[in-house]
Amino acid sequence: MSNRVINILVPVISVILGLLVGAVIMLVSGYDPVKGYIALWNGIFGDAYNMGETVRQITPYLLSGLAVAFAFRTGLFNIGVEGQLIVGWFAAAYVGVAFDFPMYIHLPLAILAAAVAGGLWAFIPGLLKAKLQVHEVIVTIMMNYIALHTTNALIKVMSDGGDNTGTIHASASLKSAFFESMTDFSRLHYGIFIAIAMVVVMWFILEKTTTGFELKSVGFNQHASQYAGMNVQKNIILSMVISGVFAGLAGAMEALGTFQYASIKSGFTGIGFDGIAVALLGANTPLGIIFGATLFGALKYGALNMPNEAGIPVEIVSIVIAIIIFFVACGYVIRYFLEKTNKKKEAK
Amino acid sequence: MSFLEVLYFIIPSAIFYAAPLIFTAIGGVFSERSGVVNIGLEGLMVMGAFIGILFNLMFVDTFGSMTPWYALIAAMLASGLFAVMHAVATISFRADQTISGVAINMLGVAIALFSVKMIYGKGQTDYIQERFIRDDIPYLSEIPILGPMFFKDVYGTSILALIVALLAWFVIYKTPFGLRLRAVGEHPMAADTMGVNVTKMRYIAVILSGALAGIGGAVYSQSISGEFSHSTINGQGFMALAAMIFGKWHPLGALGAALFFGFAQALSIVGGEIPYIDKVPSYFLHILPYVLTILAIAGFIGKANAPKASGVPYIKGKR
Repeated sequence: MSNRVINILVPVISVILGLLVGAVIMLVSGYDPVKGYIALWNGIFGDAYNMGETVRQITPYLLSGLAVAFAFRTGLFNIGVEGQLIVGWFAAAYVGVAFDFPMYIHLPLAILAAAVAGGLWAFIPGLLKAKLQVHEVIVTIMMNYIALHTTNALIKVMSDGGDNTGTIHASASLKSAFFESMTDFSRLHYGIFIAIAMVVVMWFILEKTTTGFELKSVGFNQHASQYAGMNVQKNIILSMVISGVFAGLAGAMEALGTFQYASIKSGFTGIGFDGIAVALLGANTPLGIIFGATLFGALKYGALNMPNEAGIPVEIVSIVIAIIIFFVACGYVIRYFLEKTNKKKEAK
Repeated sequence: MSFLEVLYFIIPSAIFYAAPLIFTAIGGVFSERSGVVNIGLEGLMVMGAFIGILFNLMFVDTFGSMTPWYALIAAMLASGLFAVMHAVATISFRADQTISGVAINMLGVAIALFSVKMIYGKGQTDYIQERFIRDDIPYLSEIPILGPMFFKDVYGTSILALIVALLAWFVIYKTPFGLRLRAVGEHPMAADTMGVNVTKMRYIAVILSGALAGIGGAVYSQSISGEFSHSTINGQGFMALAAMIFGKWHPLGALGAALFFGFAQALSIVGGEIPYIDKVPSYFLHILPYVLTILAIAGFIGKANAPKASGVPYIKGKR
């Protein structure tokens, strides 16, 4: 078995193990796992509406996964995707509500606003990391809470004490009449094209540009990169900002596509944190992220059907996702067993 | 309200909100001192908070007013057990410690909510009947000025938190066990050469951190929230993690940082009742703890304070 095959097998085995553990938990808790997984399946593929909604759920996951993965490639752990997504969400909604331009200006402007907001939000931890060596994990976690409270306060100001920005103008909307007619009026929107385009953008930056080479190089070894004449500080900041831009765009998907507004939130959306799972499962590669986002987006949306059809709490899917990450993290053991069985076969 | 009255009001609140952070941050100190980053403190705290409430609701008829204390022990054991997962992954299976911690966080919340829905059929538990209660400490509470500030109407759990912090300092800096713990976190290979069992030390430290985070969670849920739902812990574990770093990986430093964060949290919650502070928009009080954390970390501590081997799995025979 080549290294490449093993690299693909580790996440696949993790997913299977995760689903198995989920089944065992359902069984132990007195639920019927077969019924549960059938409900999950129907929740994802049941009808045109569900399929549309599943793809709609995958859209922000693609972008939050890209955001986490991009920072990872430079050796940075951006837990702040959640906060960057929230500020992006608000920025896009604000531009969508406050201005009134023709669509070819308004929509790009709203998307750009989200990207800039997300990028700025990630710039602060990037700067602190580069200049003061402050650990980005702590700063981004704190920035998440600041983002939550800040956007809530801004929405309150904007709506004169209300809890909602109001619906964005149609000229800033990603809504798609075509998708609606195809998927029985699901909220599937054109954002999916933006998300996929960004996957290509990430691949292009990392694989085809000098900047991407430098970013990856800093991720592998900061000292060697510095010695080779690269500006490590600049690359750390740049990596965080680009990561934040992806996260902000994920927020734009929610603001301009799914919800058409921003509202006061009592807690986090979870999309940013699930982005960590997506990136990990996808081994931080663009193609892997498509795989990870599709799987987790589908699981998350499909799970909503489980309480209705099988009477099982939605959280079972969160447990499964956490277990999958856990197994991916423990990839060393899976790798070890794969190589061992491999050697046995070769010996025979 | 005179200035002294404000102090009598805010200092007990600060200690009240700091107690869960102190326990959890001390747990973090143990884990990181042994060289295992434990970002899973949040999940371990959630587990502790959940088990605490669950035990309290189930056994309140049996144990009466002592229930919260027994629930504390139950939460300690449950989270200690939960931390074994992190230990196995990071120590034996060489998993990335941050990622394993993230998985622990997700898993803690998911398991707790899943169980709540399974047992109670709704998203949150009922309110507990028996909470931790406040009491005056005899003699000490009669000291002028300091008495009402620190020893009047104080929670037993707050006193316990202070004792745990002092005990942790003693264990880490004054006992052979502590010396081995620190050695394992700074230079595991040297420690191994001297006959210290690196794996064993790290397992003990991670399980200890889980147990302490469990206590922290149960203290929070049984004195502050009174019930368990998805938003009960809501970042307390991360605050504790920040307190540990702010405290420079030192038990007493973590204690001080936790008290400071407790103060910031208390301000954001009871600030509306204090003259002058009630004029500040609540938004600024809400973000205060987080902004202070960032400023504190950026301003007061440089790099190179973390235990040297923290975050790196120890592989025997690898140089």
